[in-house]
Amino acid sequence: MATTTITKTGTLVGKRLKRKEDPRLITGTATYTDDIQLPGMNYASILRSPYAAAKIRGIDISKALEHPGVVAVYTGADVKDVGPVPCGASLPGLRVPHHHILAQDRTYFVGHPVAVVVAADRYIARDALDLVEVDWDPLPAVADPEKAIEAGAPAVHPEWPDNIAFNFHQENGEVDKVFAEAEVVVKQRIISQRLIPCPMETRGVVADYRGGDKTLTIYSSSQIPHLMRNLVAQMLGIADNHLRVVAPEVGGGFGSKLNVYAEEALMGFIAMKTGKPVKWIETRRENFLTTIHGRGHVDYFELAAKKDGTILAMKLKLIQDLGSYHQLLTPAIPTLSVLMMPGIYNFKHIRADIVGVFTNCVPTDAYRGAGRPEATHGIERMVDVLAAELNMDPAEIRLKNFVPNDAFPYATATGLTYDSGNYAAPLHKALEIVDYKSLRAEQKKARAEGRLMGVGISTYGEICAMGPSPATPAGGWESASVRIEPSGKVTVMTGIKPQGQGEETTFSQIVADELGVEMDDVTVLHGDTMVVQYGIGTFGSRATAIGGTALYFALQELKKKVKKFGAMILESDDVSFSGGQCICNRTGRTADLSQIAGASYRAMKLPPDTDPGLVATNFWEPPNFTFPFGAHICVTEVDRDTGAVEIKRYVAVDDCGRIINPMIVEGQVQGGVVQGLGQALYEHGIYDESGQLVTGEFMDYAIPKATMVPWIETDHTVTPSPVNPLGVKGVGEAGTIGASPSIVNSVVDALSPLGVRHLDMPLTPESLWKILEGARA
Amino acid sequence: MIPQNFDYATPESLEEAFRLLSDPNAKVLAGGQSLIPMMRLRLAAPETLVDLRGVPGLGGIRLEGRTLRVGAMVTHYELESSPLVRKSCPLLAEAAANIGDVQVRNCGTIGGSLAHADPAADYPASLHALEASVRIASPSGERTVSIADFLVDTFTTALEPGELVVEVSVPVEAEGAGVSYQKCVQPASGFAIVGVAARIVKKDGEIAFARIGVTGLSGNAFRATGVEKLLEGTRGDASDIGRAVAGIGDGVDANNDIHASAAYRQHLARVYAARAIVAAVSRAK
Repeated sequence: MATTTITKTGTLVGKRLKRKEDPRLITGTATYTDDIQLPGMNYASILRSPYAAAKIRGIDISKALEHPGVVAVYTGADVKDVGPVPCGASLPGLRVPHHHILAQDRTYFVGHPVAVVVAADRYIARDALDLVEVDWDPLPAVADPEKAIEAGAPAVHPEWPDNIAFNFHQENGEVDKVFAEAEVVVKQRIISQRLIPCPMETRGVVADYRGGDKTLTIYSSSQIPHLMRNLVAQMLGIADNHLRVVAPEVGGGFGSKLNVYAEEALMGFIAMKTGKPVKWIETRRENFLTTIHGRGHVDYFELAAKKDGTILAMKLKLIQDLGSYHQLLTPAIPTLSVLMMPGIYNFKHIRADIVGVFTNCVPTDAYRGAGRPEATHGIERMVDVLAAELNMDPAEIRLKNFVPNDAFPYATATGLTYDSGNYAAPLHKALEIVDYKSLRAEQKKARAEGRLMGVGISTYGEICAMGPSPATPAGGWESASVRIEPSGKVTVMTGIKPQGQGEETTFSQIVADELGVEMDDVTVLHGDTMVVQYGIGTFGSRATAIGGTALYFALQELKKKVKKFGAMILESDDVSFSGGQCICNRTGRTADLSQIAGASYRAMKLPPDTDPGLVATNFWEPPNFTFPFGAHICVTEVDRDTGAVEIKRYVAVDDCGRIINPMIVEGQVQGGVVQGLGQALYEHGIYDESGQLVTGEFMDYAIPKATMVPWIETDHTVTPSPVNPLGVKGVGEAGTIGASPSIVNSVVDALSPLGVRHLDMPLTPESLWKILEGARA
Repeated sequence: MIPQNFDYATPESLEEAFRLLSDPNAKVLAGGQSLIPMMRLRLAAPETLVDLRGVPGLGGIRLEGRTLRVGAMVTHYELESSPLVRKSCPLLAEAAANIGDVQVRNCGTIGGSLAHADPAADYPASLHALEASVRIASPSGERTVSIADFLVDTFTTALEPGELVVEVSVPVEAEGAGVSYQKCVQPASGFAIVGVAARIVKKDGEIAFARIGVTGLSGNAFRATGVEKLLEGTRGDASDIGRAVAGIGDGVDANNDIHASAAYRQHLARVYAARAIVAAVSRAK
């Protein structure tokens, strides 16, 4: 794939440019949390519950304290006054367990932190953990959400014996009437299994307290340094402006670092207690056990339709495995599934009931897609189930039900307003790319030969740019500050926190176009609350749509001031600004940006009513979400002998609005598809009945490796968003959302001659072999 | 990785290695592909690691008459890429190429893999089919045992305390023989859920000689002599092979875990045996 040389001529937005971030990542010179070394730093190691549920009768730390090199050992009693791990989501009647940063008298999941050893190095700290003696009283546990709500199940929290954290109901239209009168009703139980996010870099925290000025600095691998600062300051009882949070290079988050964890406050507590810096780096085992998991749905879908395939109404009963307590957004994630349950189809009658269930497992929370993959998997499977029931082609039934192009802005049955869409366009394009007619002919031939070939379509819609502040727990705007330095070089401070999405590049493209500077003249700063003005962070495919828009508006403000200084220098009242210089429209004389910047700071003379300097800041509140969409087509063949699935072809046509850097967009789609493929074929976070995580290592939890990934063909249609002036929508999660239903639909299609209507993920060879065996019997 | 404290020794002779290993809390480090992960989880906590990389005479691949001698410290990558192995014992090269991933193959050794005796390891299927022998050394001398005697059970070998694997010997492949190793990969670990190795020699259009090794199916790899007998004397067509492999798992206590049930493993053993035999038959001249 060609990359364009970076030049000043022409617009850079829309060009395939290499990422500015990559040299430091590729050469191993980036600074991650574990690269931070401070003088006199201690290391922490955390003792965790080996039981899914247990009473702590007592803890003896004396032997650990005597171990040479151990500085301190803390248990629940020491930290009982530190504020609880916060839940930012609020739902009517939500039960919120008080989650101490170290367990008090009871643990409720394997991995629950119980004690922490602080020592001169990480080896001593780990050795001394084995010397902490806990008197355990193991209790019965429950790991399956459907079993947890059966009568007599062990109570995760004794105060709530039914294990129900909340019930949530949403309804629109006349659901009962439409279902009663419908010509066709199809029903299906669909599971979106527990997944483990597995970022390349695990979590890690370094805390450094300066007693002299009472300031605490926390370095943490986080997607939300500012929000984390506010919440950890509250937990520790210090002022927010006495806490600096730095999120250095973050090696992937996928939502798992869109959170505030016990360890962030715990390390702050230790640094303040000991007066020495302290570091904790999560082991991979800890990452599996204690960083949030994703998904965890058992969904009961019902669809009502006419015989001609027109979808009329949908019902959903959603059982969400929450785990044992709420992390930052745990209870909110299934509500996102409800918002997106109609997909991109035009019907108005919906009913959803969520039961949020406590289990003795690590909490679920936002994982790439966060609620939308579950919703999309549901509606896209249900549309195929309906098509099978009516013996209709899955492409045809979709085209029949899409929200029509003239319906935008489109008010959905769940209360959203879809901004713009042309839903048939990517589907037509994808059908054309795969030559759908020939593909079906090929399938017919394959079936005649006894081969199990399948074609799967998913046409997804999703919700990005989270989001308007009223719809979020902590503000959904984003901030940008642009400073033209005295040299004319440009420094951007953005409130987002990239973890691989490449905004140092895309934001530089926007700046370069607006100010007429070179890409390399732009420095993009992020992730340090002492450097960057307050911001929200990177999640929910929001960074460019909201953060990029804040940047755009700050640049417009700044350009006005540049023109004022330009007019002053050129002694003209008629100037324009383009290509990095002010031009007098009468004389043609020019003043370039460095000259203007120099004059603005030297301030020998100032334009009327103008302050020195060239800085502009914008906090942008989006008027709506954005709603990208697309069509994925997957061709598979199932091995009759083993049940193994081979992906023969994968085509992803996405519409994420205007594209700033096609190479980055393709990368996001490809990575997203691979994660969706992981869910469809391989990944499953399995807890056994006693609440032990059986898939707690990469030896047992299969994420796709390069050799397991097919060639992914990407293409795009472009339907700009009217929500923001850049016309962008967001693409970070689209691939994941589109992928799992297209793969599962394809395999169901492959096995449909055997009467198969649905398959639950992951589609392991053995699960398919059992079906093939059943058919042979 | 935060293992328990350990000493690290790099002996420069076998004698020195034996002396170090006389300490019951010492453990041999070959390629470290199984031991190091266990130390990471503190499932293993040796007080001393005795790294054999500096011991002369444990590396190298050489041909001695009709026998290929492979040093215990030869890596999977060396076996996979060695022109000598590919020519004189292609089954061993094919087995090595199927192990784990590039990093594992660059570090892991045949001796280390054998001494660890993981029931899902790749080599044992081929080594059974090759009727390999394992040379074992100790301070009191040497002995050579067959692969069948060497692999005793899950993670259990014929090695006595103080003994080391020093060499694996396999016969040079017969002229015109067809070989194949077919494996169902466990997608997380890369180990074999089931792996079957086949060696076939044809004469006058009939299978004159068959050797079949199976790994992953049960707690210990084995040679499927029943399958071999049923193949020999047949033309090796699909029905012959189907009949021959039908009983491959008879009487075998198949492994049952989250990656495959016992019944599915039994089924896979038949499927992959048939695939290995079909490939070997087609390659045999």
